[in-house]
Amino acid sequence: MAESIPATHEESHGDSHGGHHEESWVIKYLWSTDHKIIAMQYLFTGMFMALIGGFFAYTFRMQLAFPGESIPGWGMLTPPDYNALVTNHGTIMIFWVAMPVLIAAFGNFLIPLMIGCDDMVFPKLNRLSFQIFFLSTVVLLASFLVPGGAFGGAWTAYPPLSAQSAYSLTPWGAPLWVLAVALEFVAFLMGGINFVTTTMNSRAPGMKMHDIPMIIWMIVIASIIFMLSVGPLVAGAVMLLFDQLLGTGFYDPARGGDPVLWQHLFWFFGHPEVYVVLLPAMGIVVEIITTFSRKKFFAYKATLYTTFAAGIISFTVWAHHQFIAGIDPRMAHIFTVTTLLISVPIALITFCSIATLYGGSIRFTTPMLWALAFIFEFLLGGVTGIYLGAAGSDIYFHDSYFVLAHFHYTFFPIGIIATFAAVTYWFPKMFGRHLNETLGKIHFWGTVIPFNVIFIPLFVLGLAGQHRRIYAYTLFPDLAKAEFQDLRVLATVALLVLLVFQVVFLYNFFVSCFKGRKAEDNPFEANSLEWTAASPPPHGNWPELPTVYRGPYEYSVPGREKDYWPQNEPS
Amino acid sequence: MIEPYVAALSTYAKDIDDVIMLITLLVGFWFLLAQGALLGFCWVYRKRDGQKAQYITGEEKSQMRWVSIPLVLIVCCDIYIALADGPVWAKVKEDLPPAERKVRVIAQQWAWTFVDAGPDGQLDTADDITTMTDLHVEVGKLYHFELQSLDVIHGFSVPVFRLKQDIIPGRTIIGWFEATGTGTYDIQCTEICGIGHGLMPGRIIIETAEQHASWLAEHSELSVASNTLPQAAQE
Repeated sequence: MAESIPATHEESHGDSHGGHHEESWVIKYLWSTDHKIIAMQYLFTGMFMALIGGFFAYTFRMQLAFPGESIPGWGMLTPPDYNALVTNHGTIMIFWVAMPVLIAAFGNFLIPLMIGCDDMVFPKLNRLSFQIFFLSTVVLLASFLVPGGAFGGAWTAYPPLSAQSAYSLTPWGAPLWVLAVALEFVAFLMGGINFVTTTMNSRAPGMKMHDIPMIIWMIVIASIIFMLSVGPLVAGAVMLLFDQLLGTGFYDPARGGDPVLWQHLFWFFGHPEVYVVLLPAMGIVVEIITTFSRKKFFAYKATLYTTFAAGIISFTVWAHHQFIAGIDPRMAHIFTVTTLLISVPIALITFCSIATLYGGSIRFTTPMLWALAFIFEFLLGGVTGIYLGAAGSDIYFHDSYFVLAHFHYTFFPIGIIATFAAVTYWFPKMFGRHLNETLGKIHFWGTVIPFNVIFIPLFVLGLAGQHRRIYAYTLFPDLAKAEFQDLRVLATVALLVLLVFQVVFLYNFFVSCFKGRKAEDNPFEANSLEWTAASPPPHGNWPELPTVYRGPYEYSVPGREKDYWPQNEPS
Repeated sequence: MIEPYVAALSTYAKDIDDVIMLITLLVGFWFLLAQGALLGFCWVYRKRDGQKAQYITGEEKSQMRWVSIPLVLIVCCDIYIALADGPVWAKVKEDLPPAERKVRVIAQQWAWTFVDAGPDGQLDTADDITTMTDLHVEVGKLYHFELQSLDVIHGFSVPVFRLKQDIIPGRTIIGWFEATGTGTYDIQCTEICGIGHGLMPGRIIIETAEQHASWLAEHSELSVASNTLPQAAQE
């Protein structure tokens, strides 16, 4: 289909934009093959799941701060509840928020608009991708309603606990959890095929490889990493499902299986997965800081090739999650070296982002604040990873709150901060209206400051040896001290503040959707192609598809009156 | 960094703390440098009327140097950390100095059982001493521990020793420790093991030679009568 772009348009959308008849609401919004509508479906599902994941965090943080007391909105929280909530908080935030929003929503919205085509090359596959994703969401949420409750064996689902209901006590919850995760991966495989194929085949005339915006490259590389790593995990998940439902013994040592096998399969996917969500977040940051510092991105090619290198190295670091899990201890030296090595490409991308600010003319708009906050917070998440990558110090920190604080300092910037950066930046393009800047900034500070107040105390608790996934620390005299309990209360109160400030965002978002100031096509004077389409872009995106003459970051070019130079403007 | 919160009471605890301190100094330097550059640029290059941004591609060698030289230095720091870290890891996890005492650690949903080899120093003999929850050890003696699980994966963690090791069902994992100070401290299960994961506390009681001898004497008589492992919740 890719070789004939105009034909694609006609074939796949048929009479949908011929003006012959009005589409029903269902056809237009729920059964659409338009990449922008599918992006919205992913975005709103992701936002809904973020509310659920956030509510879960609220319940178990309340339990940790005030153990044994009734929690408003939940009631008494039992140990099985606690495990199920912790498990599904992790599962939801990574697989049902970060993935659908960062990759699926923004990949779908941005790829055709930024490379200058009318839709994905496989629009029906795209629709099917979301439908399967939606089904996976229903399956996951349904697992809370079955006898025995939702799965509570942690988002890593280590067998034998996850494999046998005699151990997990969730005979329905555990298989439903595995099924939901497997369905979700099928959905993203389809999405990934679309993203890579569309970017490679449907670029606007004149757009060479080095003219592709960094966010698009990042989504493409992330999709490739995902597609290459997910196979072993799906195989592992099928074996886990067989162990659960058919009584096979793939992970059961009593029948010749090995529980550590699952850990290898899980982390062979699980660590590349970190880069699957990190790279799009970094791409979002690149787009925003170049626009709002009016600068060319520093060292585009070096960053691009380094990102490919990071993607390859990401396949060689997985066992750093298993240093103390019973693997051959000699292996730890190799994985320490690869893990420390992957800090280098990530440091390069971060340094190039910072270097882009040098000599700029920086406008501190709401999206720019989010983008800068991403770099600021992610730096702490990055450097604390070194403690865990070095096998010797990992002995102490493994499975402690230090790990928890570390990955929240990476995943919160990725899944929340970068998402808000992207939503506030592309909102005018998505909905044709502006968000309120004042409310945006209130929401920004009301999110970023409490975030640090939540997780810095948790770093301290990690130093103090507090181990993870514990319902109450009252049985551990060394951890039950009053000064540590104060830190737990502080983190919980900060979470409550953070959650309250999200109301500001939701209000701003939904009111601005309908009543915000009308947005012009290119409100931020940016270069990339999506800003040449109408706000919001119609079905088919442009009346006539654009032609590209240069890269996306030609800001403040000497000798030009304007400080931007759109990609489609003939020289 | 750890000692203000958790005492360092094994022969390798200080080594691990030293690695943690080394990493703190090295990454702390780069962290502050990067944050300084980020915040400094934000301040210096904020938008001013009539001032245009510079056009810098970052593709030229003279410009790339600002990024590539720090990266080379970071690689050097990484190598230095790996070299300092490797021997510490090997000391704790690969070396196995000769045992002076032996103890078996059996984890199950949701309890700890400890089997001390007793006066004869051999496991699986009549004088083995079996205790639940409390692990009695003698300061200054090199212990080998055998980790076993009766059901799911558990984690054996003694923060004051800086010791942590997952326990895998179907295997016996052997390791060592030697306490350098006395007292009573937490033993944690660090791998989620079901609904009672938080209800599985253990305590390590590190005793002087005299205290430990009297504990041994007190318990060995009793234990001769009942020297088999509890097969409790498994079946």
